[in-house]
Amino acid sequence: MSTPASVPLLRVQDLHLDFGGVKAVDGLTFQVYEGDVLSLVGPNGAGKTSAFNCVTGFYKPTGGSITLHGKDITGLRPSAIAARGMSRTFQNLRLFGELTVLDNVRAGMHLRLRQNALDALLHTPRFRRSEREATDEANRWLDFVGLRGDRGGLARNLPYGEQRRVEIARALACGPKLLLLDEPAAGLNYGEKGELLDLLQRISALGIAIVLIEHDMDLVMQVSRRVVVLNFGREIADGTPDEVRRDPAVIEAYLGKDDDEEEDTDEEMMSHE
Amino acid sequence: MANLTMSPARARALFDRLQQNRHLGLVGLAVALLAPFITATNYALSVMTSALLFVMLAVGLNIVVGYCGLLDLGYAAFFAIGAYVSGILATRYGWPLLATAPVVIVAAVVAGIVIGGPTLRLRSDYLAIVTLGFGEIIRITANNLTITGGPSGIYGIPGIMLLGVDLSGPVGLYYTCVVVVALAVLGAARLGRSRLGRAWRFIREDEDAAEAMGINTYRVKLAAYIGGAIWGGLAGILFGAQLSAISPPSFTFLWSALILMAVVLGGMGSTPGVVLGAIFISVLPELLREAADYRYFVFGILLIIVMIFRRQGLWPARAMERQSRRDKRKAEEHDAREAKEVVP
Repeated sequence: MSTPASVPLLRVQDLHLDFGGVKAVDGLTFQVYEGDVLSLVGPNGAGKTSAFNCVTGFYKPTGGSITLHGKDITGLRPSAIAARGMSRTFQNLRLFGELTVLDNVRAGMHLRLRQNALDALLHTPRFRRSEREATDEANRWLDFVGLRGDRGGLARNLPYGEQRRVEIARALACGPKLLLLDEPAAGLNYGEKGELLDLLQRISALGIAIVLIEHDMDLVMQVSRRVVVLNFGREIADGTPDEVRRDPAVIEAYLGKDDDEEEDTDEEMMSHE
Repeated sequence: MANLTMSPARARALFDRLQQNRHLGLVGLAVALLAPFITATNYALSVMTSALLFVMLAVGLNIVVGYCGLLDLGYAAFFAIGAYVSGILATRYGWPLLATAPVVIVAAVVAGIVIGGPTLRLRSDYLAIVTLGFGEIIRITANNLTITGGPSGIYGIPGIMLLGVDLSGPVGLYYTCVVVVALAVLGAARLGRSRLGRAWRFIREDEDAAEAMGINTYRVKLAAYIGGAIWGGLAGILFGAQLSAISPPSFTFLWSALILMAVVLGGMGSTPGVVLGAIFISVLPELLREAADYRYFVFGILLIIVMIFRRQGLWPARAMERQSRRDKRKAEEHDAREAKEVVP
């Protein structure tokens, strides 16, 4: 296993999340190191998104601890966690549909823009400067993700694949050290998946660590340095893509049993395009 | 030139340009300044002054409902707090009305925090009920306290004096209102286009996604509440100056409902829309005096008709953004590069 740094960027320790009697996450432990590309895979209902929601503060874990840069972030507000350098996308697109594409990306810059209500009321030079910066930076991130389409138009008017790009641009505009992507390839066609792979590699080259939830095994195997496999809220394997692929527990729990079903859903998504 | 009939597309484009025009506000201001030269009877001035107050209230409520998407059914409470605080200071302690403004702002902020603090964690529909209750609590409290004058309220509120100039006559008051309301409208519009205003809209669109972007949604919602409270409180001062007497029946739920109606009718989140909506709601019943007893019946029918045929409001908010020429060129260059890369 390649571990570039000794202190992990993110450490998830014995994470538990119960919904009544259901154990959505049951003792999950994993680390993410700087510059890592880690995929979280597992059959539907394995607890991947629940784990994401715990890590990003949307759910309060019932047990365990989460540390970022060595500091405990368990139970903090999502906004406080985002401010500490972790940003995310959502499984079902969560863009601000009635706002412009540029405004969507500006959302990511909220914490870094230096202007207060008085600057806005009086239109001070500081206000104009920070607005200009916000627009420039939003445009830069939209260039980076390769957005095609009208940036001044409403986000909901973009085609689905482009909306996915905007969501990633918005998350990048937060200036994260760690980016959590929840099924970024869902609903993308073959060509778009290729572009996504390229984008993920370019994000990684910026020194941003990536944690990916993904069902598309081709993408996972190509982009990941490490893969963590979950089933029933527990980790059943952790290793390089090759190690995980050969792991008998994985083959039994995931690739073996659910193989057909997974391919079906992938095909469904492709024909959806 | 010769062809006066326009295609719908061209009419649409022209309308869009008109809406984006930065001088639109100045046109509105000019209309307000010149209106008394058309008719300046005391009745007309009083109707127009009331309309201006309504504009200020609607613009303030628009911060809460239009920008931030929080349903507030008790907005008249802030209006009442402003009117009572300034009225009490002016009549019992002899303060000049304008000098009460800082105290009114503080009182409005405190009221905004007291009502918003515990309730903004609730989801929107619960919030509506709580604000409804808050509106009633303030009115009933004013009805029962001695300092607020109980059911008979406060009377003898002086007019506005500025640097020795008496602005208490109908004309003086009207122009004072024009200036204050113009600044209020401009201020609300500017807040709406700032970092804070964007954060309000992000929350309206998707609270979880806003939170994931590092926006502390609780604090930003509280800021919207406080903003709305300040606008409402300041409008209360002008209200006291106009009527010279205030009492609990001036601040019933009907007021909150009418202000909300102005915001929805005009177009939530749209400054020109809300201004138009407020004028519509406050002036129309006066124009319908001909209909005598059927006045509010006709008013209601007209409202229903407008909402059926123009659900998004008279002048809906437009989120389109015209990119600067520089940004557009850069984007086009980028697209062209992309296209070249894709085609082998």
